[in-house]
Amino acid sequence: MHRSSEVKHVASYLNTRGCECFGQPCESHCPVLTDRTIHVQLKTFIKIRVKPDRTGVVTDGVKHSMNPFCEIAVEEAIKLKEKKLVKEVVAVSCGPQQVQETIRTALAMGADRGIHVEVSGKDYETLGPLQVSKIFAALAKKEQADLIILGKQAIDDDCNQTGQMIAALLDWPQGTFASEMTLEADKMKVVREVDGGLETIKIKLPAVVTADLRLNTPRYATLPNIMKAKKKKIANVKPADLGVDVCSRLEVLKVDEPPQRQAGVKVETVDDLVGKLKEAGRV
Amino acid sequence: MAASLRMLRQVCGSLSRSHAAVRRLCSRAAAEAHHDVIRPVFPPLQSFSEEESMMRDAVKKFAQERIAPFVSKMDEDSVMDADVISALFEQGLMGIEIGAEYGGTGSSFFSSILVIEELAKVDPSVSVLCDIQNTLINTLLMNLGTEEQKQLYLPRLASDTVGSFCLSESESGSDAFSLKTKAEKHKDYYIINGSKMWISNAEHAGVFLVMANAEPAAVSMCGVISDTELGFVHTMNDNYTDNCNSNYIGVYINAHLVCVCVCVCVFQMLGLAQGCFDHTVPYTRQRMQFGKRIFDFQGMQHQIAHVATQLEAARLLTYNAARLKEAGRSFIKEACMAKYFSAEVATLTTSKCIEWMGGVGFTKDYPIEKYYRDCKIGTIYEGTTNIQLSTMAKMIDQEYDG
Repeated sequence: MHRSSEVKHVASYLNTRGCECFGQPCESHCPVLTDRTIHVQLKTFIKIRVKPDRTGVVTDGVKHSMNPFCEIAVEEAIKLKEKKLVKEVVAVSCGPQQVQETIRTALAMGADRGIHVEVSGKDYETLGPLQVSKIFAALAKKEQADLIILGKQAIDDDCNQTGQMIAALLDWPQGTFASEMTLEADKMKVVREVDGGLETIKIKLPAVVTADLRLNTPRYATLPNIMKAKKKKIANVKPADLGVDVCSRLEVLKVDEPPQRQAGVKVETVDDLVGKLKEAGRV
Repeated sequence: MAASLRMLRQVCGSLSRSHAAVRRLCSRAAAEAHHDVIRPVFPPLQSFSEEESMMRDAVKKFAQERIAPFVSKMDEDSVMDADVISALFEQGLMGIEIGAEYGGTGSSFFSSILVIEELAKVDPSVSVLCDIQNTLINTLLMNLGTEEQKQLYLPRLASDTVGSFCLSESESGSDAFSLKTKAEKHKDYYIINGSKMWISNAEHAGVFLVMANAEPAAVSMCGVISDTELGFVHTMNDNYTDNCNSNYIGVYINAHLVCVCVCVCVFQMLGLAQGCFDHTVPYTRQRMQFGKRIFDFQGMQHQIAHVATQLEAARLLTYNAARLKEAGRSFIKEACMAKYFSAEVATLTTSKCIEWMGGVGFTKDYPIEKYYRDCKIGTIYEGTTNIQLSTMAKMIDQEYDG
């Protein structure tokens, strides 16, 4: 289905603050291996460590890569472009210099150009969904975007707020947890994964959509595309240029590891169980 | 007593002199620092350009997701999965150095070897298929082929055709130049007669680079491109004729190009060893015996640290050889050293890894024993260890010529 182009471009927000694994400290799995488990074991599992001063987790020297949900968002944007439903895909990321690598990955997947919003040092440590959504709202106005697709949440903070906040700031409709999206005339049909099942909604463009796991399977950046990505442009912008104040309204008091799991206790009878629960003050 | 006192005084004297020397050195360094002497900072060998990092990360992910699941089945059936081969082409891994004008990826030598290394971490057999395509077939064609041949073959090699390299014969392995396959000029074409062994990628190839002797009087070798599509009749390991005279690359295959190939197979060994090590260490961290992780036993720790050191040394040797080649500097001796050492390290690493895994290391349920089997070829192909050592010795001899 052809669509000429009121939909000018799609901006995909990339979160680079995660590490490879899905947010949990993971070690290798049990030794009963099948091919599938071997495959899993090959992934780079990074143990998350809390900083000694308990203000956060150690991020120095930890390999950062594109948030998995954001990869899905980029893939969807590129698919729309391949179907000629959108004219241009712009990949955006906020953060320090290293973030450019992630933008390049999006370019290698097929995005047309990138925007790097430079935030570093203390500002980056306290950068959260509110600041990012303000940056995005400002950029959307500047670039005259018609559609913003993001990952539903970042796997490091699991906030699940940025997409929703952008929509609110811009007063745009939103389709979150999308597992399917179809452009129909000037409306986007979004199938959302909700607790009760699947909800289908139609939202008018311009709109914000957040990608869920089953929306698509992201493509690999092929080597020729990586080479082509080198020629694509990444513009540099500062939050101040967009009139955004990245000062955080939140103060992290402390960060702790989850408490060690205690060993369980075996009991013989149900009475014993009730007795033990009463002892522990649980009933 | 007096003699020993004298000696003591002498020793103290020399000590204090050396202390003074150290003090002078320190104060000079301080003075220099104070005067802002700018010294060049050389990056470590494990520094990569952005392009190289991106390539490596892309292939790492691809290898783990698209190739790893097939490894044990391919090994059992002794068949390279057709899907895996086409995935390699799709990703642009089979034409890494081929220019974009021929439909290739247009990247650098170092990028291609990083790709080989990442593939070898998952499956050394897939890695060698990619290696032969990129560094033997593509490199030879790009460096020695005519423009017409490049236009005809490079796009195919980059997109869907596997290449094969035919050099060794039953009577000529290390003594490659004693090959008996002849290319005899007859009117305006050549007749090739001979019989080859160890024809790499034979099962899957559509283009064969056949080494033959065109000038029996001289010691020479030339490559002939044999094309399965251009319709000539041939059977493997038998005499065959080729009527396509446009496909004759009549130049010498020299040591330089062979060393390029050597350089890359080194990375295969490196990737193999690293992949095997990466599979094993997590197991040792999790396997408990006598109430603690087997990693926590000092005997194990020392062995693991030793192997890790050897791996790192091999890596640095090979990266340096590759960078020397890219810089256009002489690299043959370093390439030989890297090949010899990496093959030894791969043998050591895989052997130790099986031991560390214990009984399970020995079984086919785990990938470790495949690495052990695969590593042996490293000391044999692309120049045996003995040949590497002799080459090194020859070059060392020349270095001291004065």
